[in-house]
Amino acid sequence: MSGMNNGNLVEIRDLRVDFPNPSGFTQAVRGISFSMGREKLGIVGESGSGKSVTGRALMRLLPQAARVRAEALRFDGIDVLGASERQMRTLRGGRIGLIMQDPKYSLNPVMTVGRQISEAWLAHNRSGSGGGGKREARDAALTLLEQVRIRDPKRVLGSYPHEVSGGMGQRVMIAMMLAPNPDLLIADEPTSALDASVQAEILKLIEDLVSARGMGLMLISHDLPLVARFCDRVVVMYAGQVMEELPARDLHRAQHAYTRGLLDCMPSLSKKRARLPTLTRDAAWLERHA
Amino acid sequence: MSQLPMIAIEHLDVHFGSSHVVRDISFSVAAGETFGLVGESGSGKSTVLRTIAGLNPGWDGRMAVAGQNLGPRRDRAFFRRVQMVFQDPYGSLHPRQTVDRILAEPLEVHGIADAEARIARALEEVALPHTARFRYPHQLSGGQRQRVAIARALIADPSVLLLDEPTSALDVSVQAEVLNLLSDLREARQLTCILVSHNLAVIAHLCERLAVMQGGRIVEILSEAELRAGRAKHSHTQDLIALSYELEG
Amino acid sequence: MSATTRREWLLSDTPASRAQARWGRRYQLWLAFRRNWLAVAGLLIVVAMLLLAIFAPLLATHDPGAQQLANRLQPPSAAHWFGTDELGRDSWSRLLYGGRVTLGMVVAVVILVAPLGLVVGCVAGYAGGLLDKVLMRVTDVFLAFPRLILALAFVAAMKPGVESAVVAIALTAWPPYARLARAETLTIRNTDYIAAVRMTGASHWRVIWKHVTPMCMPSLTVRVTLDMSSIILTAAGLGFLGLGAQPPIPEWGTMIATARRFILEQWWVPVIPGIAIFTASLAFNLLGDGLRDVLDPKQR
Repeated sequence: MSGMNNGNLVEIRDLRVDFPNPSGFTQAVRGISFSMGREKLGIVGESGSGKSVTGRALMRLLPQAARVRAEALRFDGIDVLGASERQMRTLRGGRIGLIMQDPKYSLNPVMTVGRQISEAWLAHNRSGSGGGGKREARDAALTLLEQVRIRDPKRVLGSYPHEVSGGMGQRVMIAMMLAPNPDLLIADEPTSALDASVQAEILKLIEDLVSARGMGLMLISHDLPLVARFCDRVVVMYAGQVMEELPARDLHRAQHAYTRGLLDCMPSLSKKRARLPTLTRDAAWLERHA
Repeated sequence: MSQLPMIAIEHLDVHFGSSHVVRDISFSVAAGETFGLVGESGSGKSTVLRTIAGLNPGWDGRMAVAGQNLGPRRDRAFFRRVQMVFQDPYGSLHPRQTVDRILAEPLEVHGIADAEARIARALEEVALPHTARFRYPHQLSGGQRQRVAIARALIADPSVLLLDEPTSALDVSVQAEVLNLLSDLREARQLTCILVSHNLAVIAHLCERLAVMQGGRIVEILSEAELRAGRAKHSHTQDLIALSYELEG
Repeated sequence: MSATTRREWLLSDTPASRAQARWGRRYQLWLAFRRNWLAVAGLLIVVAMLLLAIFAPLLATHDPGAQQLANRLQPPSAAHWFGTDELGRDSWSRLLYGGRVTLGMVVAVVILVAPLGLVVGCVAGYAGGLLDKVLMRVTDVFLAFPRLILALAFVAAMKPGVESAVVAIALTAWPPYARLARAETLTIRNTDYIAAVRMTGASHWRVIWKHVTPMCMPSLTVRVTLDMSSIILTAAGLGFLGLGAQPPIPEWGTMIATARRFILEQWWVPVIPGIAIFTASLAFNLLGDGLRDVLDPKQR
């Protein structure tokens, strides 16, 4: 088992995350297990399902107070829970990129886009022989902006985050995360703040980049059909547990009542219904996994 | 249309400082009808709603509710007739007031008696447990908060309900519950509604007619049947419909 | 048994009545406050000082005005716990009665200043436009003067005494409160929950008074406790310059002022009121820090 990281980029076994509250601990993640290679994995669930916490745990980005336990929490064979802070720094933003929901809050408002991308590039290329020049970083930033299909990369390079639209901001964010050439991209609700038309473009962009660079993608979202369209495999989470894991193309054949319920309760343009079916939450869903 | 429309908007323009956000918009909503406003962010759909509600001062044109022209300031009677539900249930409830206090406020303002019974009835109507009454908003889930917001809007018996993306901050399962609640309440109270949303499926689910907005203008007004049949004339509407089908999978 | 049930009643997640919800919330705040022992210490000292001042007639061993020229500048002893001053008056008794004047001035200033600042700030922030500009420029004018100089000018124009010192300090202390309340109001007035309240048809005054000011209260309360120490010091400063409480009346600042000549030989005479001022300032600051942690929702 130990030498088996050849295919697995991420290996999670029995991950548990608790947050302290005034009267003890709240269980955010209760014993989930899955693994992924260089593929596109979707993690879907409603708010409070623990999907984001799982992504953060993998990068060790949870608050100090959180209690994280796991039988195994490995990234490319590295034990994330046992790794030194120094080792984690090379992982975070280096080998693992994180794209968050709203570029408005994740970009530095007083720094130009170009500088932010260059800094990201410099931070992880400085060790290279002779490399790490300012000029080189700028060129790299320009190339990256071209790669995220920004039409006028020269102009965007010199602009501030508030001068670009939401979709553009998210592209910049992606460019920044791609700068160190990561092995895994974690996208946490990357398009929830964007219009539907932009949403599709951004996800298509992420999909293309991930495929072209042979990275792994962990797409965390509440939107089941959306995730299914862009991923190979889907993990459905509810109340900190994995309900079901299935290939994305088999989503319409999902077995679990929760997955089916989620798919069914959305209003639809194609079929008219007087009332929407609502989800009846079954306590047995949790017992089976506990 | 035999009788007067409940809401009539003619040549509405809205300016924020120097930017022209809503340009020459006209539409009308019959009594008991639910009208949708759909568009992408920045299309001006929410601005139209807030302007009708009296929350934006800088507008030109004519707006009338129940045959009465609206002036720059709204009187108390207007707020008795027209109410609004906001997008973000986390932001639209006062963080330091209990549900009880939030629901009592409209009753106090309008001098409505038997607050006790009305609050209890309002909670029942939106299917909130009685135990929620003395809780603070932060002790409730997103869906419960939106139910409180709906209860507040309805507690003084308005006839017009303005809905600003009422479900877009909610999980899909909670969205289904809130949409069902809204259609039940609309039925029971004969409400006239304007629903703003970016989600065509949500609009189609609740509305009889809808206007598609782009860049501050209405590009097309069509019926729900026309929408579902894909009989849209304007290319922007066609794009939105295509996208919506694509995302449904 | 009844203690545990009362605790359960207070901490209940499903309060059954308005009163229970309100008391439950207060109890939660108290529990959070209690965890900060420095703040609790500050509170205890403040309460103790107020009690000492209130019960001064019972606790004083001598008449604070009674002079005993034969006994001047005595070191602390069984007869005079804190010694005597340059006129042979008992320092302990003067300290107690001085606390009444000094702490009374602080409370009076706060009662004048906090509501004034709150109203000016909230109205300016909520109304915006011309009214905001006018109110804020007036505030700026007051803010532009050095505090002590302005207070000095006011006292000089009136007759020196405790009342005029209070008015003078109040006039110079309100602008920061107005600024703070306005800044809070600016962020509050554009929120959806205020829009929702406006949609009920409530008047502007009702919106400001019932919905905006409660949101400004926490930061203002904290600011008040942090300001208490500087109010004491300004009052002491005025007293020191002979513009506050007049000589026969004991006041901590004046006590230091008149005894400053003896700092080298009979050091306890000026140092004891100094310690009182220091302790009161420190206690108010600790209390203020604790309150900020508990009341500020952004900190949690």
